[in-house]
Amino acid sequence: MNFIELHNICKTYTMGDIQVPVLKGVSASIAAGECVALVGASGSGKTTLMNILGCLDHPTEGEYWLDGEEVSQFSPDRRALVRNHKLGFVFQNFNLLARTSALENVAMPLSYTSENLSDRQARRRAREMLCRVGLADRLEHEPSQLSGGQQQRVAIARALINRPPVLFADEPTGNLDSHTSAEILQMFRQLNREDGITVILVTHDADVARWADRRIRIHDGLIVEGEAATSGPGGPNEGGRP
Amino acid sequence: MKAYRTVKTALRALRRNPMRAMLTTLGIVIGIGSVIAMMEIGSGSSQSLQRAIASMGANVLMIMPGSTASSGVSQGAGSVASLTPQDCQALAEGCPSLRAAAPVVRARTQIVYGSRNWAPNQMYGTTPAFLEIRSWTLASGQPFTDRDVLTANRVCILGQTTAQELFQGEEAVGKEIRVNNVPLLVVALLARKGANMVGMDQDDILIAPWTVVKYRIAGSTLSNANQSSSGGSSSGASNLLSKPFPSDPPDLYPARSDVQTRNSPQLVRFSSIDSILAAAQSVAHVKPAMEEMRTVLRRRHNLREDKGDDFDMRDMTEMTNTFSSTTRVMTNLLLCVALISLVVGGVGIMNIMLVSVTERTREIGLRMAVGARKRDILRQFLFEAVTLCLVGGAMGIALGHGGSLLVQQFLRWPVETSPTAIVASVLVSAGVGIAFGFYPAWKASRLDPIEALRYE
Ligand SMILES: Nc1ncnc2c1ncn2[C@@H]1O[C@H](COP(=O)(O)OP(=O)(O)OP(=O)(O)O)[C@@H](O)[C@H]1O
Ligand SMILES: [Mg+2]
Repeated sequence: MNFIELHNICKTYTMGDIQVPVLKGVSASIAAGECVALVGASGSGKTTLMNILGCLDHPTEGEYWLDGEEVSQFSPDRRALVRNHKLGFVFQNFNLLARTSALENVAMPLSYTSENLSDRQARRRAREMLCRVGLADRLEHEPSQLSGGQQQRVAIARALINRPPVLFADEPTGNLDSHTSAEILQMFRQLNREDGITVILVTHDADVARWADRRIRIHDGLIVEGEAATSGPGGPNEGGRP
Repeated sequence: MKAYRTVKTALRALRRNPMRAMLTTLGIVIGIGSVIAMMEIGSGSSQSLQRAIASMGANVLMIMPGSTASSGVSQGAGSVASLTPQDCQALAEGCPSLRAAAPVVRARTQIVYGSRNWAPNQMYGTTPAFLEIRSWTLASGQPFTDRDVLTANRVCILGQTTAQELFQGEEAVGKEIRVNNVPLLVVALLARKGANMVGMDQDDILIAPWTVVKYRIAGSTLSNANQSSSGGSSSGASNLLSKPFPSDPPDLYPARSDVQTRNSPQLVRFSSIDSILAAAQSVAHVKPAMEEMRTVLRRRHNLREDKGDDFDMRDMTEMTNTFSSTTRVMTNLLLCVALISLVVGGVGIMNIMLVSVTERTREIGLRMAVGARKRDILRQFLFEAVTLCLVGGAMGIALGHGGSLLVQQFLRWPVETSPTAIVASVLVSAGVGIAFGFYPAWKASRLDPIEALRYE
């Protein structure tokens, strides 16, 4: 069984009397160590699927196997535990705590782990993470004193602090210019290659999608194709596996 | 999530907006500050009120001789002469709750000055302690002394009404009046006291050493003297005046007749007095003082366990109750005001915490996304509210205490530091934090992570 298995996932939002079906039976599987891009038109249900994959939400129907557990019917508290241990999140708008230093931002998820880290250990781990994303000299900077790319790198460091096997990124480069986007994507690929972290990123930008090994295209609540990286629309095969 | 980390997170969150935290907690600061100031000033003034009550005689105790019954007919209080000046002295020395005790001998007779005469309502023979017990100051002159009592010096102190009746506005101190043909020198004039609670004029009074009243005045007016002349003592006392030179120091312990000695070696005392007036240290000491006095008197009178007291004690219970209920009402009123101000402060906390939860919806969503459970979020916001309240409480305690010290310094009001009030306000401010912080924290914990993250 693969690291992530989706069986016929359906998600229907209920707005008053109206039923809004967003996902209509999604099945997919993602192996550990893969780098996958979820692509699709706006409103196709990418974020919805991503929330389910990220254990922030549960599907109306279907099974979701993560690391050998069927997590779709977990209670909110158990889902929180799964998120804390196994999943990292990077958001489009960074979502850093204002007026809080980079170091404290990165250390924040450690407050909710069952691991009993001392304050010193927590800070050391946060510092290591910030060094890895190249912000060794920005430890005490607050988000307002950092550039967009730097903020996103702080967010990546925060997502990695609990050493999760999976990293989710919803439009991670949506708020960045093309040069900074390239830097961030480079970092994702490095994490994927060197640390074996499974990276799942959501994007509607074909250039960004090309960095991934595999693209999963969603259209109207269904997966239409799982393209191999090589079949991307033109451009060099930079994101593919050797 | 460990508690200390929760506290740190809460403090960090508060530090991100110190100005707002300050303003939020201002309600608590003012609430607790006023509680502390009110308590300190209040207990200070209740102390001085107690002193004022004591000066009105609420701590005064009266001991009367017991009653006898002959052939089933009770003779009423004071019908046995069971109290002696020595009893009085023993009480003053043996009861720590007593401030002072004075013997009282009463008489009622005519006093004469020049062509005017008057019969004062009250004629008391006592010791100088009497004035202290009644908290009675002098308008002029000097009080007679213990030595005057011992030597039965013929001096007296007049009340304002008596002096007015006799002297019609003339200077009284230094004049000699005649009481039952005994000349007494007026050494002092009492300050005006007015009517007492039942409307009796307290200023219509003559006070003299009890030895004078008992042996010189009452002894010479056997017929119209009151109980003090009962028993063997009066016959002894009347002998005194048959001496050719009455100014000689009288024999304080007149010899009893042979018959008396033989018949009742113990029961009849040398010189009985009508009553003993005593003052407890404070109103609160009245009850213990009564117990102590009962013990001392029973021992002195050799009363067996199964025998009843041969004396009666009275305190000013009614008066004390009136005043203590007054102070209780005042204290409760202050507490109500303080509680209202704390509730207002708590509502302020709740208001700002609700705003804060709304404002930090994204942060809450983020925390949930990285693994915070409902209870972690609840705890974080609850701790924040409690921390706010405790900090506010601490500042309020400092403010209130400082305020009451200033009041003491500049207004000269009596102030008393109250540790209970301080402990109580710490507990109350934590309680306010929990009570008013719970709803916002609960609201925060119920947020949906996806919606919270999407919140703009
Ligand atoms: N909470 C909700 N209640 C009702 N409908 C919702 C809710 N969330 C999403 N939808 C609907 O589900 C559909 C898919 O939304 P989703 O956010 O997954 O799109 P997306 O693929 O991420 O789009 P984009 O590329 O613009 O981010 C949309 O039509 C949206 O209106
Ligand atoms: Mg989206």
